[in-house]
Amino acid sequence: MDWLLQQLINGLALGSIYALIALGYTMVYGVLRFINFAHADVLMLGAYAAYFLAPAVGGIFPLPSFTGTLIILLLSAMICAGIGILIEILAYRPLRHRPRLTVLITAIGVSLLIEFTCQHKAVFGADTKPFPQLLPEHDFNLGGLVISSNDLVVVVTTLLLLGIMWFIVQRTKMGTAMRAVSFNQQAAALMGININRIISFTFGLGSALAAVAGILYAMKAPGIDPLMGVQPGLRAFIAAVLGGIGSLPGAALGGLLLGLLETFAGGISGLSNYRDGIAFAILILILLFKPAGLLGKATIEKV
Amino acid sequence: MSSTLNPSSTVGAKRWLIAGIALAVVVSMFSAQFNRYHLGIIIDIGINIILAVSLNLINGHTGQFSLGHAGFMAVGGYTAAKISLVASPLLPPALQPVIFLFALLAGGGLAALTGLGVGVPSLRLRGDYLAIVTLGFGEIIRVIVQNMESVGAASGLKGIPKFTTLGWTFSLAAVTIYFVTALVNSTYGRGFIAVSDDEVAASSMGINPVRYKVTAFVTGAFFAGIAGGLYAHHKQFLSPTGFDFLKSIDIVVMVILGGMGRTAGVVVAAIVLTLLPEVLRQFSEYRMIIYSLLIIVLMMARPQGLFTWNRKKGGAA
Repeated sequence: MDWLLQQLINGLALGSIYALIALGYTMVYGVLRFINFAHADVLMLGAYAAYFLAPAVGGIFPLPSFTGTLIILLLSAMICAGIGILIEILAYRPLRHRPRLTVLITAIGVSLLIEFTCQHKAVFGADTKPFPQLLPEHDFNLGGLVISSNDLVVVVTTLLLLGIMWFIVQRTKMGTAMRAVSFNQQAAALMGININRIISFTFGLGSALAAVAGILYAMKAPGIDPLMGVQPGLRAFIAAVLGGIGSLPGAALGGLLLGLLETFAGGISGLSNYRDGIAFAILILILLFKPAGLLGKATIEKV
Repeated sequence: MSSTLNPSSTVGAKRWLIAGIALAVVVSMFSAQFNRYHLGIIIDIGINIILAVSLNLINGHTGQFSLGHAGFMAVGGYTAAKISLVASPLLPPALQPVIFLFALLAGGGLAALTGLGVGVPSLRLRGDYLAIVTLGFGEIIRVIVQNMESVGAASGLKGIPKFTTLGWTFSLAAVTIYFVTALVNSTYGRGFIAVSDDEVAASSMGINPVRYKVTAFVTGAFFAGIAGGLYAHHKQFLSPTGFDFLKSIDIVVMVILGGMGRTAGVVVAAIVLTLLPEVLRQFSEYRMIIYSLLIIVLMMARPQGLFTWNRKKGGAA
């Protein structure tokens, strides 16, 4: 029973991070109908932004502290939002009306470009760097359970951000416009919505979430390297498909489910070697039996 | 039926096939004259031609996007290597070519079967899913191989007999080029191009897009498996990390650079991109940066590829 609860807590923490990343995939997919492969690399850039900001911010608000971490999170999110918007303007916007395959290949190209440029020794270098401790760490012992303060922070931050996202998308003018663009881009443009602005906003929002997810991920990981985004990025994409791509609650649900499944499988001795393969097995199963995802709506391609 | 459509190009292709095999066999007789390093690179070129031309059937002619070619190569390579490791000590040396051919075909066959398993769920849906599923597929192959003691697990499979020669490689490259060209130019093969041009229009003309996409995918996987077998018996060593995502990207770049759906361009790209890293060794740290920039710039400025000059309408290879 303790083991079960312990895995549940670990799974929730991992799943929360997946959920945050998945939100970015699903939002961009919603407005542009393509997979932004570079999303995983924005996550990595977020972690690096925090890595370089930490000494500077630490000079004013000595780390580890909550205020310092909050400022680092906000600054990194802003930097990554800028990067995300820039990627869209430079790489994706010129291809807006080209075949989907062209955009998809470009997205992979952008992702590779970021990864390999950052791996170069003149940039970040390919080696793993230790991530600074941002928050005071404490393990809470509840009976046989160990809950680390980091896990709590991850889950609480995610819940908070999910709430904010829900508010932005459902209750603000920008969010209404986003939903309109996602529903029908042409009709939205005819209603006077500035499509380019909405798309930039979506990229900015998604990238900011990726930055936060990247920092949370780095806090739990042994260190950061330029390829750190690839694995969680892939998992989060699968989470988005699992929940139904284009659906925000679906992304959250998919992320949590995937995190839980992976953690439980990792805890079972026979399965733990195959843990990396589980996400993809789930992806293939969901594509076979419910391609629209758990909360997604099946759509018919119109001519 | 098939000969009524574009007969000249199929006959031409057949002539090229025979010429290619003859040339490969003749050159192979002199292979002792080459220095080992050069010979190794030439065989690499042949293997890369097979990989690029077969991926071109999927990513070019049929308009899908697979990132898992290295995965199929791994399936074929490991299968073929295991078969010849087990069979070659048991049978007389005279039978070696037979073992090798059987091992290659078995590797290709298993790769094709795997391709069926991966392709059917993902090809029913739109293009992006194939990219992600094949990306993950490569990962699954790596995980499985790393946990299989019988193929050396993480430390790799050693001591594979050196069966791959110049003749084998380029004969099979010629067969691959011929097969893909003849397939695309056949009546049946027009379906691939139709699916690539417009899936909805193709299906309203009575073409089943899923079936065509799966056929292209499985055929491509088969040849990737063959290439994997050649690779295994060329390097004589296989390790799970040798077939990672970057190997797939290498092949994808060959197809994009050569021009998606243009076999001749893709062959040129395979040759150039195999030689270039050897010549520019001192710039190797920039290789992937240049590749990724190349992908982006080509997609924006020249989506038809670099080595394609006259773009004929109608999709003849």
